[in-house]
Amino acid sequence: MGDPLFSDGINLAVLLIVALKVLIVFAFLLVSVLLMVWFERKVISDMQNRIGPDRAGPWGLLQTLADGIKLFFKEALLPDQADRRVFRLAPYLSIVPAFAAFAVIPVGGTISIAGHRTFLQLADPPIGVLFLLAMSSIAVYGIMLAGWASGSKYPLLGSVRASAQMVSYEAAMSLSVAAAVLTTGSLSTHAIVAGQATYRWNLWILGVVPFVIYLIAATAETNRPPFDLVEAEQELVGGFHTEYSSISFALFYLAEFMNTVTVSAVAVTLFLGGPNGPHIGFLPDLWPVVWFFAKLLVFLFVYVWFRATLPRLRYDQLMDLGWKKLIPLALYWLLLIAALRVGRDQGWNVGVVLIVGVALGALAWAGLGAALRQGETAEVGT
Amino acid sequence: MGYLDGFKVTFKQMFDDRVTNKYPDEKRPKPARLHGRHVLNRYEDGMEKCIGCELCAGVCPARCIYVRGADNPPDEPVSPGERYGFVYEINYLRCIHCDLCVEACPTEAITESKLFEFSFTDRQDAIYTKAELVVGDDGHPQKLPWEDWRPGDEKNTSAWVRATAPSGSAAYEGRVAWSAELGFGIRAPEQAQEDDTPATPRKSAAPAKPAGVVAHGNPATRGPSKSKGRA
Repeated sequence: MGDPLFSDGINLAVLLIVALKVLIVFAFLLVSVLLMVWFERKVISDMQNRIGPDRAGPWGLLQTLADGIKLFFKEALLPDQADRRVFRLAPYLSIVPAFAAFAVIPVGGTISIAGHRTFLQLADPPIGVLFLLAMSSIAVYGIMLAGWASGSKYPLLGSVRASAQMVSYEAAMSLSVAAAVLTTGSLSTHAIVAGQATYRWNLWILGVVPFVIYLIAATAETNRPPFDLVEAEQELVGGFHTEYSSISFALFYLAEFMNTVTVSAVAVTLFLGGPNGPHIGFLPDLWPVVWFFAKLLVFLFVYVWFRATLPRLRYDQLMDLGWKKLIPLALYWLLLIAALRVGRDQGWNVGVVLIVGVALGALAWAGLGAALRQGETAEVGT
Repeated sequence: MGYLDGFKVTFKQMFDDRVTNKYPDEKRPKPARLHGRHVLNRYEDGMEKCIGCELCAGVCPARCIYVRGADNPPDEPVSPGERYGFVYEINYLRCIHCDLCVEACPTEAITESKLFEFSFTDRQDAIYTKAELVVGDDGHPQKLPWEDWRPGDEKNTSAWVRATAPSGSAAYEGRVAWSAELGFGIRAPEQAQEDDTPATPRKSAAPAKPAGVVAHGNPATRGPSKSKGRA
């Protein structure tokens, strides 16, 4: 299938439309970061009975812009011990995947520009979900290399934490995403959204579990509280970006918030039906976009809510949660959904499949618990 | 709900009142006894109250006051009486706003306003001269450019505690009362601040006992009963 834009071959008009979409996505992401920082600061102030930024612009909307401009005028420091080229490269390795990941997110339905029908989505590759996972993997490099190249101990500790954390939670995240891919039978984000039409959202089609796992894993993946050990101020100064200043620091900051927006958009796409929503008579092209952003906003609010509520996890708790709880649970749920699908294709009784699945799950859970206890006592013994 | 209780708490806080004061736009009311920058008061006829006795300078623990007294010129006296403050300077880089100068002053010439938000950019500006300290013809302090005066602030220029006389009020006979704020004009005596009992004895307080015994715990009549005991 793919985007109908390319069905009649590629000509100048098509290229211009693609360039326009690129520009819009780029500008949207920059503005969204601007607003996200403001939104986060305002909401968290509300939750702490404060007022928050209200000096720059109406309701402090321009505060982020002012901070950004200030950062750009600051001196870009280069530590003496730094690996110069990698140190300079790292922020870009962090920001480029953050921009690129949003390219496959469908923000609306199909519209026509100058006679050309096209998706409201920058690109719809057949491997869309794989592309998202690949981008989130590359983002690890940005953080890891930033800490490594700084030639300083706190950034190094931060980056070691970051790479361990992001690699661990990527497994749980991929397994929960795989569940969504399994029901749709396609890796294309557009097809996944289309498969959730008429409120058959993956959120309840899959049971809520993969969604919850994705939410937790995505929080860890973006290094947001309560999983922000990577930049735990109390322990590591600024974590991996301690040695960064000026534009390089701004890029990391930008990437961090852009990733928050992107993982929220991915969650909306994979689990909440993306731009699907009630159809309203007038302006039919506009409403899907509105639904998409409304869902996105709910997610962003939830992330800020997490930050205001939850204290930071200890490192071993983080690893326990990732490896001993989320990954086994995500794996089990994926197998259960696969079993249900196979059962449906083979004409098995759904009830029997469920009972056997749950029984096996309980058995596996008990076995895992026993193995973990064994491991702990063995550790004490040696 | 266990883990999720915290989410309810933070969500509820969103609809709670804000604790933030919008400081430069809105200020909190200042305490009655706040010690701010000084003023040199004048009598209603325009004469200065300062007599140049230098007691304030002598008592000042920070040595921030410099006073030189001089004889009043006979044809054009500055203050009633023999002497007046010829030079009067306070260095606000030294002043600790302890208010001892105000307590030492025999003529209530120096009092403190509640102004503490003044930021000079020059050491010379930190030394307030007599011309800057003395109140204007309306009895209100002068407003210097680097001071943050708000409307109504000029009325609070005597934030110091003094004992007020009973002023003939029977209810205050024999009890020490305080006025936190001297202000302008004649003020009625006020109750002691740590004592919340009303000046007139309440009828409901222990009605079975005779008046003399009831008065035992009442500071308003303690003085006379003591003197009676002594006699």
